[in-house]
Order: sequence, then C-alpha cells, then structure tokens
Amino acid sequence: MPLSVQETEVKNPPVSRPPLDPHLKALENEAIHIFREVAAEFEKPVMLYSIGKDSSVLLHLARKAFYPGRVPFPLLHVDTTWKFKEMIEFRDEIAEKYDLDLVVHTNPRGAEEGITPFSHGSALYTDIMKTEALRQALDAGGYDAAFGGARRDEEASRAKERIYSFRTPDHKWDPRNQRPELWNVYNGMVRKGESVRAFPLSNWTEVDIWRYIQAEDIPLVPLYYAAERPYVERDGMMILAEDPRLELKPGETVQHGMIRFRTLGCFPLTGAIRSTASNLEEVIAELEIATVSERQGRAIDRDQSGSMEKKKREGYF
Amino acid sequence: MTATATSPSATILPFAEPLKAVRDTRPLRLITCGSVDDGKSTLIGRLLWDTKAVKEDQAATLARDSGSQNDLGLPDFALLLDGLQAEREQGITIDVAYRYFSTDRRSFIVADTPGHEQYTRNMATGASTADLAILLADARAGLLEQTRRHATIAALMGIRQFVLAVNKIDLVHYDKAVFDRISHDFREFALSLGVRQITAIPMSALKGENVVYPADASMPWYDGPTLVEALELATVRSTQAGGFRLPVQRVVRPGESFRGYQGTVAGGSVKPGDSVVILPSGTIANVSRIVTFDLVRNAAVAGDAITLVLDRQVDVARGDVIVSLDGQPMTGHHFDAQLVSLQPGGIEPGRRYWLKSGSRRQRVAVEPISQLELATGKWQPHASTLAMNAIGKVRLSFEELAVFDAYDQNRSTGAFILIDPDTLNTVAGGMIIAKRAEVGGIHREDQRVVLSLPADLAEQLMASELFANRRDETEIKRMTAKQAAELFSNAGGDI
Repeated sequence: MPLSVQETEVKNPPVSRPPLDPHLKALENEAIHIFREVAAEFEKPVMLYSIGKDSSVLLHLARKAFYPGRVPFPLLHVDTTWKFKEMIEFRDEIAEKYDLDLVVHTNPRGAEEGITPFSHGSALYTDIMKTEALRQALDAGGYDAAFGGARRDEEASRAKERIYSFRTPDHKWDPRNQRPELWNVYNGMVRKGESVRAFPLSNWTEVDIWRYIQAEDIPLVPLYYAAERPYVERDGMMILAEDPRLELKPGETVQHGMIRFRTLGCFPLTGAIRSTASNLEEVIAELEIATVSERQGRAIDRDQSGSMEKKKREGYF
Repeated sequence: MTATATSPSATILPFAEPLKAVRDTRPLRLITCGSVDDGKSTLIGRLLWDTKAVKEDQAATLARDSGSQNDLGLPDFALLLDGLQAEREQGITIDVAYRYFSTDRRSFIVADTPGHEQYTRNMATGASTADLAILLADARAGLLEQTRRHATIAALMGIRQFVLAVNKIDLVHYDKAVFDRISHDFREFALSLGVRQITAIPMSALKGENVVYPADASMPWYDGPTLVEALELATVRSTQAGGFRLPVQRVVRPGESFRGYQGTVAGGSVKPGDSVVILPSGTIANVSRIVTFDLVRNAAVAGDAITLVLDRQVDVARGDVIVSLDGQPMTGHHFDAQLVSLQPGGIEPGRRYWLKSGSRRQRVAVEPISQLELATGKWQPHASTLAMNAIGKVRLSFEELAVFDAYDQNRSTGAFILIDPDTLNTVAGGMIIAKRAEVGGIHREDQRVVLSLPADLAEQLMASELFANRRDETEIKRMTAKQAAELFSNAGGDI
C-alpha cells in the first residue's frame, strides 16, 4: 500500500533488519510496554545510563518505544570520575548521535575529600560516589521514576525485585513490603517525594542481552571485545593499566595480553578476563560455554554475602 | 508471520489454539506450587543446576555460605533460591522470586512462590503471568489438601496446564502403584477444575531423577517425559484469536503531521484498512498504518508493542481501548468479577478503590457477594470484608463506562488490580466474569417494579386507573424505543 513519509524529529531513523526470533521479540515487547507505561504515568521520569551493555540495550529499547517521537526523558549518568576513558567517549558520542538529553552528575565530596577507590576501599567508595551520588542526582532532578537496566538473573536479591520497584522519599527499598505485581498491570501511583525504579530488562538474561545486541546491531564500548591491552594483576583481578592515576604497588608490573571485560564499571574495581573474542559472534560463543557469572568480575559484589541487598536497601540500583 | 496475522478476516477467529507447524520459542512462564516439605526449593535448585543456569562462582558463594553439602556432594539448593538475608535468617521464602533457565529448545521463567505463609496472595501474583503450574506432592504423603488448594488457585488464575511432580519417589522404593494412585487422584481433581492438560511425573529432585535426566534404571516402568521435556512441549497461551484489542498507553505527536496511538496489542490482530472502534466513546475509524521502529508493518498480533495511525482525526486518549468492529468487548457500569485480596486491610464492601486494567484507571465501588472456601472448593455467601488472602466474587460498580472482556476469553483485558486510594498500595488482583445487566427491562428495586418504556407507552400507562391504584409499587422510566431496544439487547442472558 502507498505510504507517505512523515516528518518526525527523530535523528538517525531505523534501518530494516530481519525479524527477531519469538523469544527476543517477547522480551522486547515487554520492555517497550514498561517504557511507555512509566512515561505516561509519571510526571518526571529519567533513565539511568551506565554506558554498559545493559544500558545500551535499554537505550535502544527506549528509542524503539517512543519512535517516531524522541526519547521523552533525560539520561542520567552518575560519573565517579573513575570510569574507563573509552566509556566517557562512547557516552558523549551516543548522546550526540541520538539527540539525547544527557545529565551527568558527580558527587562533589569525591574531589573535596579525596575519595578514591584506592584510598577508601571499594565499599565506602561505592557508597559515596555511586549510591550517594545517585540519590543527590535524583533529588536534584525531582524525578519520580528512574529506569534502570537491572536484570533479575544478575544476583540473588534482584530475583525478587518488582518491575516497578517502589522507593520511599529517602530512596529506601523495603524487600519485605513490596507491592504485589500481577499480570502486566503496573501500579504507578506514588505520593510526592516517593518514586519508583522501573526495570524493563527484569526478565532478560545475560545471553538474551548479547543475542539482542547482535540481532539489533547495537553499538557497544569496545572494551567488551578482546584486544591486546595493558593490565596489572591485583587481588586476583586483572585491572586495566592505562590511567595515570593507577599507581603500581611493590611487586606489580604492567603486563600485556588479549583481554576483554564482561561488565564495565569503575576501572580500578572491574576485572578483565582473558579472551580472544574480538567480535560479537565470538563473545556470544564464549558466553555460551562460560562457567562463571558476569558479576564475578565485580569487586563490590564480593565484599560480603548479601552485599548487593544491603546496597540496594540504601538506594543503590 | 503467522496465518492469523495475514488472514483477511483476522478479527473473528475461533477461540482455538491452532497446531503450530513451527515450534514456538517464546519463553514459557511457569509457577511452582508446593510446600517446603515437598522439596520445592530442591526441585528448582536441581532444575537450575542441571541446566547449567548456576555458574561456578555462584556455587562457590553458596558453598561458602552453607558451609555444608548434602549427602550427594551438592550444595544446599534452597540457599541458592532464598536470596534475601531475611529469608536466610528465618529459613523460609517470603515472597515471589523469579528464576531463569533454558535448554537448547526453549527458555523458561519460573515464578517461585512460598508454600505456606500467605501463599494465596503470592501464588496469585506468580500465577497471573504463568502458562503452566508445577504442583508438587510428596510421594509418601500423597495428595494433600494443600495441593488441592494450590491447584484451585492456579486454575482460578487461568492456568490450563498442570504438571504433577510426585517427588521423593525414591523414598517409597520407586513404587509404581503409589505413583499411579496419586496421579489418578490428581487427574480427577484437576478435571473437576476444568484443567485437562495434565502430566504426572514420578521424580526425585534430590537425586535428579526425571527432572532433567531420565531415570530408566530406577523407574523402568515409567515411559513418560522428564520434567524438562514436559515443559519444552507445553504451549504458550496466545490471545491472537478473538477480537483486536489495543489499550492506548500514549498518544505520540512528534510533529504536526503525525499522530499515533502507542500500546501493546492485548488480543487479536490488526492490519491497515481494518475498521476499528474507539471505546468507550464508540467513535469509528480505519487503521491507516502500523508504525514500529522496524519500519512500517503490514500486520500486528497480540503481544506486539506498536504505534497505530488512524485515517481520520478522532479523539483518543490514554486509557481508551481501540478494538475491532466485529467482536467488541463488553462496555458497562456493572461487572461481576473474582478477586484475590492481597493486603491486611482486606477489601471492604462499598469502599471506593482505584481500578487499573490495561492502561485505564478509574474509580470503582466493590460489593462482595461470596467467598471461595478453599478446603471444599465451594463458594459461600459473603457480603462483608474480604480478608487478606480471601478469594471472593464481587460486583463492581463504575461511575464512568468500563470496558472489559471476560478473563477466560482474554487474560489482558479481563484482568485488573485494585489500588487503595489512601495507601496507594495494590490491594487486590481481579478477573472479570461477566457484565451485569443494567436497569434491565423489569427488575425489583426496594420492592418496586421499574418499567422502562417508550415515552408514549409510558404516558398511556401512567394515565390508567390501574396504575394510579398501584402507584407506590411501580416506577416508570421514559425512554425512546431505540433506548429500550438497546437495554434489551444489553441485558442479554438475563431476560
């Protein structure tokens, strides 16, 4: 049938791709539904953008959900100033390319009090530069809904997270007293000051994320692909050694090897894996035979048992 | 593309699931029902373990936390599942958790719900999205009242496929007679609930027999599927049959020339050229285009998140439902429904709540009529507050016109939640049974007969002597012949 081309404000219109398989299509449909529902029911939503692969999928789904309109809310990046350099470059490119409203927030205490992952340890550093910073940014923006890319398969305490996760005015999560969530009917009623964290990727697994990235040709930070990179071995992790702020401890040397990252966070707290998977197909092939979870490379999850739940109660994503 | 999507008369198809030539690879959503004693956590742990959904570092954390292994050298599976510290401390599961595993053929989303405390509320939550229920029975104990209760709730929530896991079969020496007796009893009971797709499997979750791997050695008499095989063969519910339904979530207007209605197709299918009705206004329009990010599509089916463009300027807002001209949903002010009360305050008679269904939120008054006695499966008259975990039949009364399908016809447009206007918490999950007749041609109201008549007839009757003598028994409502005809057609089965 004849089609008239409509003018819209979307930059970089989509290209034609082969249809998704029914599994990914079902997950995509669910995520788009959640995006639209939150955008319609809340006054001031925001999307947490961490630049990683899950955030990249989340952003892609947001663009799909609101097409042919623009993404109708800003993206918030909590910048600890300790992210990988390539992440920041990628973030700014994407914001420009897709015409996004990007809000970047850094907790001023970091610079004022000299808080670094080296000086204060991962637990305190994360609490101040991520959790506290996130609360500051959400309060400053007056956001009543925040999208996040968390998945229920990531960690035990996430398995009970609702898709609309209710938070008190001081951002507390009460796992014992969550609102029941039936069918796909979401309760978006909150009082002033209260908010929800909304998780469109709740039912996705790590393999789904990668397969979707492949099917939809979603651009990623190159650190996810193996390359010859400098690294230092510390506390059983391979830490990328290219930032001048990384000081070598006695006995440490910079080594070189084919490495890549399964998750991206602050470079001093994120361990690489040895890999030769230098493109998407190889990464997926590697993942399908993987015997360890992706969060294994995250120092903050390993501080203590139940540490993620504790952080979440305090307002961490 | 399915046959449904391209069918020229896609709006009225029989409510039957066609046999699929191509295997459906959508995730199967299921719920596990059983108590701690039945070995539910062990079963789910076993499923995750044998399908390699548990990774080495998670297992290491598990081993570290439990400090012990079971006598088969495996970690304590229950710890794997009870994610929250509070649960670890109390040793019980307190809420719904979701688990993910997959095989080469399919992926699965498991709603894992507690077996005892507040199980009705949590089971209802988990069952609301499930296509299949696994019901656990301890081979030594047989079919307990609790299993019957769980099956009753699962059936009530619309689940039409049951798997009975007769667990701990090793503890009755793999006795076929025990398995046959329990599965026979269960089959009888499930049939009485209207569930016909039943698979019974003898298993030992602890030993991993008939869960993922078959157990030919210990149970040579069993030639049925393993649990995972049964799950791989289960069907995913489809609402592609039936009338087209699009609850409008958002109206998108990126430029002056474009106006689209965004939502997820909740039933049937649609294609450009179809005539549609916007409810509740009743305005009619034609579909001009279906827009998605993946360029323009020539059809959309139930489950698809789309943007619909109509051929004319019409008034459509969030909360409206765009439906096919043929096979429209019910519209009215009064509906009968079943609901599950979810919060300590219960559901109070006459209280006004917010009702949300699809993308529509409106005020509703709720009158309890009866309550399900789970022990017997009987409905008992009950007009007072429905306490937490009660399952009740209620009458819903709306101030504004409401739009629903019956839940057994459409699990999206027939479902709703109730929200307490004070706490803003979700207090009930409900399922529409049918529309209630409104005003009716003739009905009793405080012992007075109300007659709704065409105006000229009404005038004639009121002028009569007979009417004058029985004035306080009767009330006459004047209406046009057209209004009267509508009333009669709406009253449907009540006359």
